Formats: sequence, C-alpha cells, structure tokens
Amino acid sequence: MSIFEYNGSAIVAMVGKNCFAIASDRRLGVQLQTVATDFQRIYKIHDKLYIGLAGLATDAQTLHQRLVFRHNLYQLREERNMKPETFASLVSAVLYEKRFGPYFCQPVIAGLGEKDEPFICTMDSIGANENANVIGIELAKDFVVGGTASESLYGACESMYKPNMEPDELFETISQALLASVDRDCLSGWGGHVIVVTPTEVTERKLKGRMD
Amino acid sequence: MGDSQYSFSLTTFSPSGKLVQIEHALMAVGSGQTSLGIKAANGVVIATEKKLPSILVDETSVRKIQLLTEDIGVVYSGMGPDSRVLVRKSRKQAQQYFRLYKEKIPVTQLVRETATVMQEFTQSGGVRPFGVSLLVAGYDDVDGPQLYQVDPSGSYFSWKASAMGKNVSNAKTFLEKRYTDDMELEDAIHTAILTLKEGFEGQISGKNIEIGVIDSEKKFRYQFGFDYSTKTLQFHIA
Repeated sequence: MSIFEYNGSAIVAMVGKNCFAIASDRRLGVQLQTVATDFQRIYKIHDKLYIGLAGLATDAQTLHQRLVFRHNLYQLREERNMKPETFASLVSAVLYEKRFGPYFCQPVIAGLGEKDEPFICTMDSIGANENANVIGIELAKDFVVGGTASESLYGACESMYKPNMEPDELFETISQALLASVDRDCLSGWGGHVIVVTPTEVTERKLKGRMD
Repeated sequence: MGDSQYSFSLTTFSPSGKLVQIEHALMAVGSGQTSLGIKAANGVVIATEKKLPSILVDETSVRKIQLLTEDIGVVYSGMGPDSRVLVRKSRKQAQQYFRLYKEKIPVTQLVRETATVMQEFTQSGGVRPFGVSLLVAGYDDVDGPQLYQVDPSGSYFSWKASAMGKNVSNAKTFLEKRYTDDMELEDAIHTAILTLKEGFEGQISGKNIEIGVIDSEKKFRYQFGFDYSTKTLQFHIA
C-alpha cells in the first residue's frame, strides 16, 4: 500500500463565478482503522487563499507549518499578501527542495487573485503542476481533486460541474460531489468540510454524510 | 590625522561616532562622475555623464547604465569596477526571486537586496565598502514608477529626483527648482539633460552622456549616443 493512502483523504476545489469552493473529508485513519473524525485538511493562508493537503497527515502538517512560515516572511518583507499563482509557485519550490525524500502530500490550492478572479491548481508531491506548461503553472479552469478518493471525485465532478455557478449553487455542487465520492472510498469520509470564498465573504460549513 | 587610528578597521567607531572607511567610500562617490534621476508621473529617467580618460577610447564600449531586469535599470557614480560586482549580484538576486515565485521582482525588493549586500561589505572581514552609489529606476505593478538611491553604507532612499557624484549640491538645487509632482516623462528627460548640462565641463553631446528611461510599458530602454543635436529626445532603439 502506498504511503499516500496511509491516512486517507479526499480534497476537491471548484471555480464558480467570481468565487471558488474548496472541500475535504474529515476522517483521519491509520489504514482501515479510524482515529479521528474531525481532522482538518484544509488550511487558510490568508483571507482569500486556501490550501488542502492530501496524503500523509504528518507531512501535511509539517508542510503547512513551513508554508505559513514562508508566507509570514513574505508578508513582512513585501507588506502584501501572496497572489495565488505566486503561492502555488512557492509551494512547488518548497516541495521540489525535497525531491529525493519528498513530503508525501498532494496539495490542492485555491484562491482569489488581485482582481478577485478565482484560481485553483494542484501538483504532485515533488511540486510538478498537474497541467504544467513551460513556465510551470497553468490554470485549471474548472475543478481539481486530490487524495485517496480522487478517482471517484473526478467522476462526480465531471458529471456535476457547470461553469459560472453562483456561490450557493457551487456549495451544493461541491458538497454533493464530495459526499458521493467518499462513499465509494474506504479510506476517506466521515462527513465533510466545505469553504466557499467570494470577494466579500467566506462561508465555512461542516457536512454530515454516512458517518461510518 | 586625528582619525588615523580608526581609519583602517571597517567596524570600529571613531570617538565622534563615525565609521571612517564608510566616509571615505562616500568621498569616492562624491568625486565620481555626476549621475541623476527623475521620477515622473508616468515613468522614470536616469542619466549620467560619461567622461572618458582620452579621446582615443572607443566610447561605444563604455556603458554606465545597465539593466538589472528588463524593467529595472541602474546607474552608478564612483568606481566602475565596484558597480559591476553589485550589478552581477543584483541580477542574480532578481533571477532567484523569479525562479521561486514565477513573478517579476518588485523594485523595492531588489533595492533592499542590493542594499543588504552593500551593508554586508561594511562589516565583513577581508573586504572594503563599495566605492559607489547607485540610482535604481524601475516600474512595477505594486508601486508604479520608482527611483531609489543606494549608498555604500547600505542605506537606501526613494526619491522624486536625486543626483550624486561631482556637483551633487548644484544638481540637486537645480532639480529642486525644476521638479513638479505632475511632471511627464518627456519633461523629465529634458530636465535631466539640462541638469547634466549645468555642471558639465565642455560641450554636452550624445556621446558623452547616457540616458535610460522606463515608462508604463515596463521595458527599460537605455542607450548611449542618442541624437541629442536634433533635440527630439527620440531614442534610436530597435
């Protein structure tokens, strides 16, 4: 079994009209045994930038600490928040530093840019962007997924996603996609955690699903 | 000389509270060729005189204004060879920033990094302070047009207009008279040339001054030997 599947995880991010949503499951397991049912896999970087870290939970927490560290220094130096694209590039660089002993994490990044345009992306554990061009970062237009439930998430998102959804509809779509997917994965589930971000507000909700 | 016992150590304060080697470095700048810069509403111009030791020197081989990135240019007063070290380190810093963030380095950040290097050379062993002051001109999305001066001590300032080298005080007085907040770039270029002309020994021409310009296009343009005689101030840039 892959170390990426040790704790189990499901993360998805979607783009709507001038908004985005990012969601994850809440299970922390050790293989098939569930250890916690209120685990946080989505981390806030600043008001309009979130990162979900799928994969090995211990590495996810350490990686998160390092990213917060780097972002804090950036904020102090440049007196501004990072743009999502910039942050994605930083995450990629931090991951590639450990090219031959990587953090066993797959990041999912979602944020609103300077003109409140939504940005989402994902990369592998050594920082290679999923649909990378020469410069390295390419916008995923619609949705990105990660974790042990990623295959079922692809299916659910491909059938449910529509472009230009308003925040309410986006919340409904991402929630249904997440809950449908984790039911088809033994290692993730136990409800969900959804964050919808618009230029003016952040809505955070806990979902109940099949709690077994 | 009263200061003599403090003259050589970079890091020993004299009783009057000065670091004598840094004062000497500032003297080296003060006796260097005049450079100046003006920040206009829509861009920045930097200019310098280019006096050559002999008429036999091929003036096309001497460049005092250089690029740090495609949208940040720099000019120095003081010791030419020292400036090249700083230019090399600054360019490297700019590229490291780009490699990390896939984003162009803001002028402020590059200036801070350059100033850090200059400060380190006032406190490290086996080195001496740089014998140059720099004028850095750039245009970025964060703060628009910017003009910075960096001194050998590592201190840096943002200026609306500044001058350094020989004739600083005259040039600065001249700039103070001429500068307005709503100045356009074309005016600023003209003023820059007039200011250089003020303290210039001999006849000014396209061959003995250099001019660099950055505007909202965010491409630093610079060249020597522009056609000054036509007074069109047009750059012959391909």
